[in-house]
Amino acid sequence: MSNAWLTSLGLLPLLGAFLVSVLPEKNTLLIKRAALGTTLVVAGVAIAMATQFQRDNVNFQFVETHQWIPSLGINYAVGVDGIALVLILLSVLLAPIVVLAGWNEALGGRWSVKTFYILLLILETMMIGVFASTDVFLFYVFFEAMLIPVYFLIGGYGSGARSAAAVKFLIYSLFGGLLMLASIIALYVLSGDQGGHTFDINALSHLHMSSTTENMLFLGFFIAFAIKAPVWPFHTWLPDAAESATPGTSVLLLGVLDKVGTFGMIRYCLTLFPHATKTFTPIILVLAVISIIYGAFLAIGQKDFKRLIAYTSISHFGFITMGIFAMTSQGQSGATLYMFNHGFSTAALFLVAGWMSSRRGSSRIADFGGLQRVTPVMAWVFFFAGMSSLALPGLSSFVSEFLVLVGTYTRYPVAAVIGAFGIVLAALYILIPVQRALHGPVTEGNENLPDLNLREKVAIAPVVAVILVLGFYPSPLLRVINPGAAHSIAQAGFSDPLSSIEKAGK
Amino acid sequence: MTSNLLVYLIALPLFGSALLLLAGRKTDKWGHLLATALSAGAFGVGLYEFSQMLSRANDQRAVTQKLFSWISVGSFQVDAGLMLDQLSICFVLLITGVGTLIHIYSIAYMSHDRDRRRFFAYLNLFIAAMLLLVLGDSYLNLYVGWEGVGLASYLLIGFWNQKPTYATAAKKAFVANRVGDLGLSLAIMISFATLGTVSFAGVKAHAGQASTGALTAIGIMLLVAATGKSAQFPLQAWLGDAMAGPTPVSALIHAATMVTAGVYLIIRSNFIFDAAPTAQLLVAIIGAITLLFGAVIGMAKDDIKKALAASTMSQIGYMVLGAGLGPVGYAFAIMHLLTHGFFKAGMFLGAGSVMHGMDDEVNMRRYGGLRKYMPITFATFGLGYLAIIGVPPFAGFYSKDKIIEVAFNMGGIKGVTLGTAALLGAAITAFYMTRVVVMTFAGNKRWDEKAHPHESPALMWVPMVLLALGSVASGFLFTHGNSLVNWLAPVVAPNPAHRSEMLKPAVVSILALVVVLIGVGIAIMKYLRADVPVVAPEDVSIFTKIARRDLLQDDFNEAVFMRPGQKLTQALVLTDSAVIDGAVRGVARMTKGSGSVLRNTQTGFVRSYAMWILLGAIGLIAAIWVVTL
Repeated sequence: MSNAWLTSLGLLPLLGAFLVSVLPEKNTLLIKRAALGTTLVVAGVAIAMATQFQRDNVNFQFVETHQWIPSLGINYAVGVDGIALVLILLSVLLAPIVVLAGWNEALGGRWSVKTFYILLLILETMMIGVFASTDVFLFYVFFEAMLIPVYFLIGGYGSGARSAAAVKFLIYSLFGGLLMLASIIALYVLSGDQGGHTFDINALSHLHMSSTTENMLFLGFFIAFAIKAPVWPFHTWLPDAAESATPGTSVLLLGVLDKVGTFGMIRYCLTLFPHATKTFTPIILVLAVISIIYGAFLAIGQKDFKRLIAYTSISHFGFITMGIFAMTSQGQSGATLYMFNHGFSTAALFLVAGWMSSRRGSSRIADFGGLQRVTPVMAWVFFFAGMSSLALPGLSSFVSEFLVLVGTYTRYPVAAVIGAFGIVLAALYILIPVQRALHGPVTEGNENLPDLNLREKVAIAPVVAVILVLGFYPSPLLRVINPGAAHSIAQAGFSDPLSSIEKAGK
Repeated sequence: MTSNLLVYLIALPLFGSALLLLAGRKTDKWGHLLATALSAGAFGVGLYEFSQMLSRANDQRAVTQKLFSWISVGSFQVDAGLMLDQLSICFVLLITGVGTLIHIYSIAYMSHDRDRRRFFAYLNLFIAAMLLLVLGDSYLNLYVGWEGVGLASYLLIGFWNQKPTYATAAKKAFVANRVGDLGLSLAIMISFATLGTVSFAGVKAHAGQASTGALTAIGIMLLVAATGKSAQFPLQAWLGDAMAGPTPVSALIHAATMVTAGVYLIIRSNFIFDAAPTAQLLVAIIGAITLLFGAVIGMAKDDIKKALAASTMSQIGYMVLGAGLGPVGYAFAIMHLLTHGFFKAGMFLGAGSVMHGMDDEVNMRRYGGLRKYMPITFATFGLGYLAIIGVPPFAGFYSKDKIIEVAFNMGGIKGVTLGTAALLGAAITAFYMTRVVVMTFAGNKRWDEKAHPHESPALMWVPMVLLALGSVASGFLFTHGNSLVNWLAPVVAPNPAHRSEMLKPAVVSILALVVVLIGVGIAIMKYLRADVPVVAPEDVSIFTKIARRDLLQDDFNEAVFMRPGQKLTQALVLTDSAVIDGAVRGVARMTKGSGSVLRNTQTGFVRSYAMWILLGAIGLIAAIWVVTL
């Protein structure tokens, strides 16, 4: 039975979606409870699965393979390494939090509450699938299919210019997906010439190709992932989407879906195209560093909370990308840990920003003032989330950010030094809105805002706890991530640089 | 040696902070008492550890405690580990001792504040973070405490952040500190890339193998970190504004402990600076510049807290100068740090006591003649005053004169320049401190009829008296039998071979006393013999005007960093929507436009769509191929 873990895990939300679909449309409370129950069960099963994971085994685990379209060599093949496992955990842990935190966010949508939760649960299945796939074609299917529920979640339940934002998101992603599809087809053709058509990632990683071909195919994948992540200059869809989507959708969008981009860089770019990775690393590092600094400056300049958070994420994705392409074990492990931590950190920020805006009827920073006096708990949570976003030592994001920086410095000191200026800019993009919204006298329209209720507190408490605990004790995650991260660097043909005195000693 | 108690030093106040913040209003009644007890508990643990240390031989005194492996990736291995040695115990006792006194003082000082519980939660948080800073056994552990005290400082400066200027002051402090933190993180990165370790023991062991260039880079980055936290030039501008915090905070964080963390960092890293002479010289230069910078500002301030803040900046300049003088200076820098911890904290509490009796008035031009109304405050403040200006046998006499002496004895142009700066600073210190004392406690009354100055309650004056005792006796105790120098020797071995005697100690003492008397004399002529105008006169020299504006530090930062930064941000926001997103929208428009032309191609046949999709994909790949050729 151990082999069916991933399939079972992926099917559970789908089952939940089916359950929700047969519930009476009017009984929204029952629907919400069913959705919450499903996501909780999924989270429980995932944790149970994680306990069975062998940390020191670098091969894919919980592997399951079935023929799907034999004539094309396409398999239903799933399995996880430490990196994928951590991202699956991130997805399924955030899901119940999102459901509970956004208890009422489906109201006022274009469609019913029921449809909202069906979409959400289908999306959860796809999030699990996209990280679990070990067949490139299967990955592609999940990668593209994921867009559909997200498109409807933004376009149907968002606010403001939700349709335009949803279309922009969709077109952007489809464009990237198309490039990736072309590369996948080329890989398939190549594999046919070299011993049999396949989409299996392990087999494809041994293909021989000319450097021109490898570079082209690498770019097909990379651009798709750079749009998804997003890396500068492919980022402009994100602030629009984040501004329009419901807070819960934004959490999943920034917290999980964007990670498919950075996950893809590790799993596909590094593994399949090690030489091209080397070739393009300088350019990618430049883009990553630009993302860090540019995203931070843009965040400082935002007047809307949701857009601000989106830009901080662009800055953070710059750190993740930099860590991945630094090709050191610290950079790589740091990047994966960063993905997990950023998920929780952004969840905290978006959820509390969502609560603030739904209470105030606006997400403009200037509309708030003096919240620390009116809604102390909400203000505290916002402040805490902000501290997590600026990577305060003692909180989880510090560990990952510092690992990325130190790991990058050992190979690419200039990139690390410039990127480190993000530390200072982060203080500005967090403390400026903190001062405007939480400090100062209570401004008009904020006098009677209610503080967080019990449901909201219950939803945010685990997020706060995870951020705190992993800040002081990140080992449980690092021990899962390290072997996979080290393996991916080794596959790309890199090893950690020696320290200067070790070099001198040789 | 290991000790299982070290963690409690941090855990006790941390627990208090967490409990008071999480349990909220329920703890309003007794929260402040618990916080004070926990701080005192940490002091007790510190005393116990100190007594244990005393019972061991001098080279066996350091103890460690490894809690767990914090971060472990490849060769990057950092433990959550603590280390208590002769250097850190000085800080532990200072932090918890002065910290506890200030907790006690605050019970009365903050008794009418609706948020007293929150205040004590922050104070406990500060104590915990500051202890972690001095107990961490690696640069990364220190970093956690380093930013932790920054957070506590931010929260406490902005304690009354309903007032927008106070909130701004808090933000300014945090941002300036983050610039310093950037230096610290770069130092850690360079250290790991060069030496393969970030623990103090590891860096110390391997520093000898590293190139001077790498060590200089690490040293300069550590200095950047120190300038941020310790309000040294050029990152000093936040300290004056930090006086927005309640006065006990100014005493504890912005005088006695946190702002001296930079000095700790430099002396803790003595093995780096001793091997990087350029970085070490820079430390001394920064210290000398700042000690004059702060002293000059101190002469022009009418706000008693800002005058004391400028003085703190200047006195830390002395410590940094001492730390930059190398092995002969380290112990005296620490001595001045400790004596300063007593007399400056005492004077800040005195200032708080004055404010308490004067309806929170801070303008010294509206004080005058208060010694009759607040005799205890006057006496304790006066003892601190005698200590800071360096009158024998008070504490500052021992510690400051030593730094001046060592500076001169560096020899050459370096020695003369640094020594002269330090001596000049002593004269200015005597001037501005006399000015503070005279304007506050002597002369005629200049306050409103409505003010009813009165002595503060015992909860406030007892800590002041205890600190005043420190101001009197600590210098003698630290110097007697060379006790502090010998105590610190295993951590920072002094190098007697280096010692050239340009000026004998007695000569320095006499020189210093002469300039101090000149400073005092001028101040008495100006502020005691003549009437002090209630409103600051406007017809003053350009130098006074510049000094009142903090030597234009804010004007400079605003012109060079803030406004250009704001412009850049605006420009980038515009670029993002006009250029980058504009390009995307342009593509969209083109597609739409060509769509109307190409509508004829919409035949409805799936096979022709498939062909177009394929052609499109091929076109894109071709384009990329061309670009990457």
